[in-house]
Amino acid sequence: MDNPLDRILKQYPNTRRDNLLPLLQDIHDSLGYLSEESIIKVSQHLSLPSSKVYGVATFFDQFHFEPQAHFVIRICSGTSCHLSGSAEIMDEFKKTLNIRPGQTTRDGVFRLEEVPCLGACGLSPIVEVNGESHTGFSVQQIADLVEACKENVA
Amino acid sequence: MDFEIEVNNRKITAHQGETILSALHRNGIQVPTLCHMENFTPTGACRMCMVEVEGKSDLIPACSHPVEEWMKLKTHSPRVVKARKTIVELLLANHPDDCLFCVRNNNCELQTLAAELNVRERRFPGKKEKHKIDPSSTSIFRDPEKCILCGRCVRVCEETIGVSTVDFIGRGHSTIIGPTFNKSLNLSNCINCGQCIRACPTGALHEKSHFPELQEALHNPDIQVVVQYSPSIPVTLAEEFGMKAGKDINGILNGILRKIGFDKIFDTAFAADLYTVELAAELQQRIDSDEQLPLFTSDCPGWVKYVEQFRQNLLPNISHCKSPQQMMGTLIKQHYAKEAGISPDKIYSVSLMPCTAKKFEAQREEMTHKGISEVDAVLTTRELAAFIKLNGIDVSDIETEFSDKPYGEKSSAGKIYGVSGGVTESVMRTLYYKNMGRELTPKKVKKARGSKGQREGSLKMKNLELHYAIINGMGHAKELLDEIEKGESKYHFIEVMACPGGCVNGGGQPIDSRKEDIKARGKELYKIDDQSSINRAHRNPHLDSLYENLLEAPRSEISSRLLHTTYKKRDVLP
Ligand code: SF4
Ligand code: FES
Repeated sequence: MDNPLDRILKQYPNTRRDNLLPLLQDIHDSLGYLSEESIIKVSQHLSLPSSKVYGVATFFDQFHFEPQAHFVIRICSGTSCHLSGSAEIMDEFKKTLNIRPGQTTRDGVFRLEEVPCLGACGLSPIVEVNGESHTGFSVQQIADLVEACKENVA
Repeated sequence: MDFEIEVNNRKITAHQGETILSALHRNGIQVPTLCHMENFTPTGACRMCMVEVEGKSDLIPACSHPVEEWMKLKTHSPRVVKARKTIVELLLANHPDDCLFCVRNNNCELQTLAAELNVRERRFPGKKEKHKIDPSSTSIFRDPEKCILCGRCVRVCEETIGVSTVDFIGRGHSTIIGPTFNKSLNLSNCINCGQCIRACPTGALHEKSHFPELQEALHNPDIQVVVQYSPSIPVTLAEEFGMKAGKDINGILNGILRKIGFDKIFDTAFAADLYTVELAAELQQRIDSDEQLPLFTSDCPGWVKYVEQFRQNLLPNISHCKSPQQMMGTLIKQHYAKEAGISPDKIYSVSLMPCTAKKFEAQREEMTHKGISEVDAVLTTRELAAFIKLNGIDVSDIETEFSDKPYGEKSSAGKIYGVSGGVTESVMRTLYYKNMGRELTPKKVKKARGSKGQREGSLKMKNLELHYAIINGMGHAKELLDEIEKGESKYHFIEVMACPGGCVNGGGQPIDSRKEDIKARGKELYKIDDQSSINRAHRNPHLDSLYENLLEAPRSEISSRLLHTTYKKRDVLP
């Protein structure tokens, strides 16, 4: 069986530089990040120096270069959420997961991010888990949420 | 078509299609630049070259903007000067303040610009980005904190050398220039040519240095320090001391080296003669057996590493001869040591080279016997100049002297190794003689000379028409190598030099070498060849005695053991 990387590369036969971005996007969508192996294979596939491929890829914020967490927890720090206690929520998440915003837990399950206004101020405070909004969130819900996520992974 | 434009209230002539910068320069008007490189596509990245154009609200970059007929320009108006100054001030805001400790102190474009633009206070006390230095390479030292992101190294590495080791990584203020994955250089595909060092305006890239060890050795009474210098060193060094480009100061160089305390002084051009004779014999053998043709030269260590990484199926085609530097190193440690009754580990062998890749070559494991390196330290032309100053030598007050026997005598055919095409020319002279029993006359191999990126010619000998080609700068190698890999090549012999122009334009040469300087060095080498009475490698009398006393014959068992080497596949980032 082909691995997903090879399968994607096969969809781009005889391609040159102009297909670099679509190719990277496809790989990113499938693997969740751009591994070193994928950068190297793409550069071989397109006969481009790997420094160029990596240079282009790092130019775009959309690409990650490390495996992404199963659950990305984003906490809104906009004015409204802040006033309704998002800072305490963040603190509690930090304590529970033992990471800071922008970090991923060592087991790769959680990633914590602080984001500016998510645009639903009336429902603050807001915590987003993998894109799904939890409105009117409170510190008390954290333990359950984390537990539920962990079970989901196992 | 030519037309007039107005610059600073005076008329100048401009050519249709050229950039503003080129029109200005031709008319003797200087505008500062940072990212600009002659003969490269402009990127307009640094904005240093901005000029004011009447009727336009924005300043425009002279390096990348075509000149137009209606233009009225101001190159040094208060607005322009202020904008340039601000750019420099912003660059300085994120620059380590350690000019006094920097290799490029007094030879730094950023420093010069700051001085010229009269920057006298720190207007933007910004946060300085922290980056790790990269000392991993044998040749190139990288200090990203000093990088101002002009991109010149990126372009030389890609366009001139065809390797693309480094590129921009990331975006915005966290951008840096580095190898893929920002890994260290020793893991990258860098071939150590050093052209990026010469392109760097600051101290972000420089060569790895060995001064302390060398100074130690020179002052250790138990150690004999033996030095060799490459053919292009004596015609380049003068420039580092303010003399005319291309001036040959071979005799003075000998005097300087003796004054510093080197015990023996040998000329790598002697080893180049040896290389010619061995290479000619190898070529003859391959032609006779019609195997592994074309034969590629092996004296450029940048090229050799390139093949080991990217063209592995051409490895059998590379000559097995060690480069002249390493042949000389072997002779010093194995032959000279014995003759002089010194144990090889009591000899410190130094070579002075126009090249940073020679540092890499010297530490290849194939170039070591029983833990003893053939060459212990390699200094670039730049380092040699610095080392002379360090030792307090007044260059204007030196008597000319001779190099030492037995490896100090050379033919002028060994001397022209310093220019692209020189190896070919020398090998053709010797091969012709070996085949025909008479000398090639005139000795000049015209088609081997010139500045084109790829040259070719042929030589008729009995019933053989020998085809040769010269790749002058690795950026020109791709097409020909592709052909050869497909088996579609008529060539018997191919010379490759990674740096365009050859060693006279090596990555270890003076930073600010101009095109004319490089030409002047090459011209001087050809002049030496014209005026020399020993101008063919096989006419070098000292070579004869070396074969008599030690090597027996070219490619004999003993000469193969001492002077030949092997290559290996290298797994690096593509
Ligand atoms: S030394 Fe040569 S090959 Fe290496 S990064 Fe610099 S220009 Fe590229
Ligand atoms: S020199 Fe013109 S933009 Fe850099």
